Amino acid sequence: MSEVIVITSGKGGVGKTTTSANLGCGLAILGKKVALVDADIGLRNLDVVMGLENRIVYDLVDVVEGNCRLKQALIKDKRFDGLFLLPAAQTRDKDAVSPEQMQKLCESLKEEGFDFIIIDCPAGIEQGFKNAIAGADRAVVVTTPEVSAVRDADRIIGLLEANGLNNPTLILNRLRIDLVQRGDMMNIEDVTEILAVDILGVVPDDESIVIATNKGEPAVNTTESKAGQAYRNIVQRLMGQDVPIMTFEQQPEGFMDKLKKLFRK
Amino acid sequence: MDFLSFFRKKSAAPSGSVAKDRLKLVLVHDRVNCSSQVLEMLKTDIIKVISNYMEIDQEGLDIQITQTQSDDNNGTVPVLYANIPIKSMRKVNQ
Repeated sequence: MSEVIVITSGKGGVGKTTTSANLGCGLAILGKKVALVDADIGLRNLDVVMGLENRIVYDLVDVVEGNCRLKQALIKDKRFDGLFLLPAAQTRDKDAVSPEQMQKLCESLKEEGFDFIIIDCPAGIEQGFKNAIAGADRAVVVTTPEVSAVRDADRIIGLLEANGLNNPTLILNRLRIDLVQRGDMMNIEDVTEILAVDILGVVPDDESIVIATNKGEPAVNTTESKAGQAYRNIVQRLMGQDVPIMTFEQQPEGFMDKLKKLFRK
Repeated sequence: MDFLSFFRKKSAAPSGSVAKDRLKLVLVHDRVNCSSQVLEMLKTDIIKVISNYMEIDQEGLDIQITQTQSDDNNGTVPVLYANIPIKSMRKVNQ
């Protein structure tokens, strides 16, 4: 049984690529055979987030145009068994591929025996988005707790449903617990109530993501990373397990803590 | 009750709930998919129809799309809100 999951958001910069990389690695760590497909043709990024940028020979457009076989273009990640990357073309644009070709590509990947095929969708609602969702079985929408990102997520959810991808699930990314507790950021309930979709996971804002991305190693593999833990939970939910949403409650600072902090300065 | 809160300045709504309220209103418009051009056309048509029956204050006319609690379930539904001040009633038979 193989499943094609598209990771999308509408707005750029909310963490689609980071999410794709971490979910792909997380699934591979649990023994699944995973293909990560970068559908952002012209602005390829998944390769650098994965740290595989030096190993690209062929890309997605080469496969679609028949310049190489699918297997030749798939880059095997040596760190994680069963994880493969199909990079996007950097020197072409979104029109180089059609939705029908993407559908065919997804079918071929299923025939290769992948358990999960994760498609990193480009930002926007134009051709690139239409291509990325064409072959998908289900959709995951990534958003941050900001007005602009949630608005775009709402638009994307509408477009997904109009294209037959019903009941997309939501990943709320970069949640700042301190701001939520202060009332200066929308919380999980606010966002899910407004978008009226099921939540797949909540990822806290975490500097370990920046560090991991700098090095080209997904944070899901780092045990001490909070965001990594959040991604591991999402991976388990993708595999059908019931894992509760992490609570990020921070103990409010007591008087003594404040005093200690004052003296430490 | 917190004793000190008496001395503190009463603060405005936290920005998180401001964001939520703004977002809700933006989405009402987005989901209805009604452009300001369409709203303007609707406005002129409403004026035309009502003017057949009564004299209205066209300057004071206010038409907007907002939301209200729906009757059957707990969600909210978009509503067309129109505030139309009447200057004088005309006789319908005239």
